[in-house]
Amino acid sequence: MGPEKMKEIITDVLKDVDVVIGYKQGFDKLHATPCFINKAEQIEEIIWSPVCVQNLASFLPSLKAKKVGVVVKGCDSRTIVQYMQEGLIDRSKVVVVGIPCTGVVSVKKVLDKVNHQPIEDVVFEADGAILVKTPAGETKLSLADVSPDKCSTCLYPTPVVYDHLAAEPIKSVKAPEDVYKDVEEFEGKSLEERKVYWEKEFDRCIRCYACRNACPMCVCQDSCIAESRDPHWISQKSNLSEKFMFHMIHSIHLAGRCVECGECERVCPMGIPVNALKKKLNHDMKALYNYEPGVNPEDKPPMYTFSVEEKKIEEHKL
Amino acid sequence: MADTGFIPKEKWGAFIEGLSTKAQVYVPCLEGDTVLFRPFGKEKTLCFERPANSPPKSVIFPQSDTLFSFTFIKDPDNPQKTEVELKEHLDFPKTIVIGSRPCDAKGFTVYDRPYTETDTPDPYYKGRREKTTIVTMTCNSPSAGCFCTAVGGSPADKEGSDALITEVEKGYFIEALTEKGKEILQGPGVEDGKAYQGDATKKQEAVHSMVKNPFGPKGLGKVSPELFDNDEFWDNAVSKCVSCGACTYLCPTCYCFNITDEQTSDKGERIRTWDGCMYVHFTLEASGHNPRPTKFQRFKNRVGHKFSFYPEKYNGVIACCGCGRCIRYCPMSVDISEIVSNLQGA
Ligand code: SF4
Ligand code: SF4
Ligand code: SF4
Ligand code: SF4
Repeated sequence: MGPEKMKEIITDVLKDVDVVIGYKQGFDKLHATPCFINKAEQIEEIIWSPVCVQNLASFLPSLKAKKVGVVVKGCDSRTIVQYMQEGLIDRSKVVVVGIPCTGVVSVKKVLDKVNHQPIEDVVFEADGAILVKTPAGETKLSLADVSPDKCSTCLYPTPVVYDHLAAEPIKSVKAPEDVYKDVEEFEGKSLEERKVYWEKEFDRCIRCYACRNACPMCVCQDSCIAESRDPHWISQKSNLSEKFMFHMIHSIHLAGRCVECGECERVCPMGIPVNALKKKLNHDMKALYNYEPGVNPEDKPPMYTFSVEEKKIEEHKL
Repeated sequence: MADTGFIPKEKWGAFIEGLSTKAQVYVPCLEGDTVLFRPFGKEKTLCFERPANSPPKSVIFPQSDTLFSFTFIKDPDNPQKTEVELKEHLDFPKTIVIGSRPCDAKGFTVYDRPYTETDTPDPYYKGRREKTTIVTMTCNSPSAGCFCTAVGGSPADKEGSDALITEVEKGYFIEALTEKGKEILQGPGVEDGKAYQGDATKKQEAVHSMVKNPFGPKGLGKVSPELFDNDEFWDNAVSKCVSCGACTYLCPTCYCFNITDEQTSDKGERIRTWDGCMYVHFTLEASGHNPRPTKFQRFKNRVGHKFSFYPEKYNGVIACCGCGRCIRYCPMSVDISEIVSNLQGA
């Protein structure tokens, strides 16, 4: 699917919104960058291809005062549903341009395959092949090999909520039981092994907070406990225990809220697989409450409800 | 003493290991897909093939540094009376960084001006800087986002380094640039380098032209004061920024810090930690007032410091080394070189 249909839709949408958020080419052909369109002449810049990785729905809560159009992939659309459930956006002020998606690239994976050479050109062929040109030559890759893990188990390639659809809907052929296979596998390891694994990963964390700020559901942002002096739960030291604490807080706050867009992990400059922690908690939320974040606007997130006795949680007998 | 040397490929590992017996050695190590500077150890996977994700700045300017520790001691005879015992932390080991890139090394010179070349040098920075030898590796090719040549650097730039290593066919050509650098030539396995000088120079020149120049053939012009003070310009330029701060923490020239006392009951430490102008708390005042409440004002400061205020104060020197990390790792692919390019006056 080319971007032509999307450009047509956006031209229309732009007539009755203040701004449309879409993608344009970034600093090279492997990177897309969000563009905020408020003039018709910007529409020509719009692109749609597997390099359009960012979750643009994340900008919606900060633009609440405006009427906004937003381009979303299937996975990103869950953000909008979760925002609706949590009352974080006014749906009547958002126009959703959905793209049925056949997968995006992981920039890290592509760069690894081409030895981190500067990118001269990237061409996506109809059969799913990707040609990447660097000064060292041309490399042919298949999209499936360089997609982020979320794409390989994606259940919602077509947005779960939209006002316009830029192509024919696509049905997922992925097995629902595979979504948490990685979590289950990891849970098979001993506590000690898991501890060692995470200590090694978190040791690289530089507390830049890209994972937090890029997360659509991290809504505290400027009031995050990680930087607060009052309460003073975490110091500014860059040692393992403080980093660990930050990530535990980040994860717990996303339990049953994380829409599994993978942004936290994608943006980490230190390559820390932080999404796995949130997936683990979502897996538990599914087991305990049979709840999946961001799929049905009518759902109430479990943390917003309260039952004296939860069916699947054994209370301590008081 | 000769100022150049050569290490054959097969002796490279032993050379680094040898140096590590005399000083604390930091080298770029591969962990998963990520390259970062770590203290050398035989179990580490060294990676010189591409610039590290994070620069070696933390070796000299640690992310978190204990300036001193303090203990409150009560007088047992007079509990009203409390003394404070202070302990300074100014003891720095001899250190060698191997495998910084020219842009990383240049970054330290940006710190030197405010931290050491002043009447009130910073003892922590200065202490480590003097004890550290920077052994830089010239780049075999630029990476995505690199633009060092557009801001006065190059893939073989010598500024800020004590020695420069260039990979040639059979090994590594070393050029000592300072007295500290000459000491490196005493490392194990170093042979005479003269024969390899020509190859090294050729290699360096070839890479130079591969680095992109985002500012056009005339180079970086003057920042237009009208555009710089135009709020709409900034608002449009950075609407996509999520104000995370990754760009400042990965930057070899960002040197802002915060100072906090981290205390439990009767003991504590005064620590200095990295801070960055992209964070909302950076300018938050005790009163609750924040002079830079919006992200565009914060971004404007980041660009302003590097391309306008710093050059004004220090003879036109740009406080950006063009390493491209803020571009490469920005979650939203915000490109500082594009923004600066658009800021130039007609
Ligand atoms: S993005 Fe990565 S390095 Fe930055 S705070 Fe998150 S986990 Fe740490
Ligand atoms: S925690 Fe990560 S995967 Fe989940 S919503 Fe936030 S950014 Fe997306
Ligand atoms: S420019 Fe990029 S890296 Fe820097 S604060 Fe903004 S989003 Fe984060
Ligand atoms: S910016 Fe220049 S010196 Fe730095 S890594 Fe890139 S090519 Fe090398």
